[in-house]
Amino acid sequence: MPLWWPLLVASLLFAIGVYGALSRRNAVLVLMGVELMLNAVNLNFVAFDAQLRDVLHGGQTFALFVIVIAAAEIGLALAIVLLVFRTHGHIEVDDLRELADRDEPSRTDA
Amino acid sequence: MTWVQVIFVLLSLVTLGSALLVVTTSHLVHSALWLVVTLGAVAGIFLVLAAEFVAWVQVLIYVGAVVVLLLFALMLTKAPTGRQEELTARRVVPAAVVATLVGLLLAVTVVAGFRDVRLDLDRAVVGSAETTGTSVFTLWVLPFEVLSVLLLAALVGAIVLSRLRGGDDA
Repeated sequence: MPLWWPLLVASLLFAIGVYGALSRRNAVLVLMGVELMLNAVNLNFVAFDAQLRDVLHGGQTFALFVIVIAAAEIGLALAIVLLVFRTHGHIEVDDLRELADRDEPSRTDA
Repeated sequence: MTWVQVIFVLLSLVTLGSALLVVTTSHLVHSALWLVVTLGAVAGIFLVLAAEFVAWVQVLIYVGAVVVLLLFALMLTKAPTGRQEELTARRVVPAAVVATLVGLLLAVTVVAGFRDVRLDLDRAVVGSAETTGTSVFTLWVLPFEVLSVLLLAALVGAIVLSRLRGGDDA
């Protein structure tokens, strides 16, 4: 098969993940978009590994490493989401504005 | 088209269709369940592309652990199980524009760059557990160990974050 078939699928999957991460308001759904993007990257790694017939198996090994990093990321991110839910009572990312850079007129350096 | 190509195209269609449902459905739990379909189809694509061990790890870690974690998070944040209209309320149009631009850019780039390259799956080395394990534990030992330190740090971080406040020193 042509190499660009899996690469095209990976590109579209990445774009769908971008859409999910940008458009969703629930923090858990944003994380699902991130997972889709990571899977698209893994698809690229595996496709190039098969095409190059890599004797080091760098593509497949790095796909495994990306899976591990995604697992660590999702564990930490869900801990943060639960902490946000405990302190705010909701996980709507639009309404979490404590760290936003606002122009406060009365800002003084301590 | 050979049967490998037919299987690949079918799995790709399942992947993309269920991924679209993941990001557009208005049921929170359905989104997580469609994610299972997406990740399972991606595991099937890994199998087609001769990455056997990666496919099984994908099923174990993603379909097994990550989706269960996501469902637990939905449960612990008291997510309503019914239909919700305001999940993607405000930023649909800019998000769709950005995603379309990203997809177009990536797709045009990869198709233009690798249009003539053939992927010969008959001669590809199948990444079985033996070959993958040999390469991980001979050539990629240092990244593997660094990754275990990263996992330990993530574990400690998650425990610290999820500990209840108001304790002895928190």
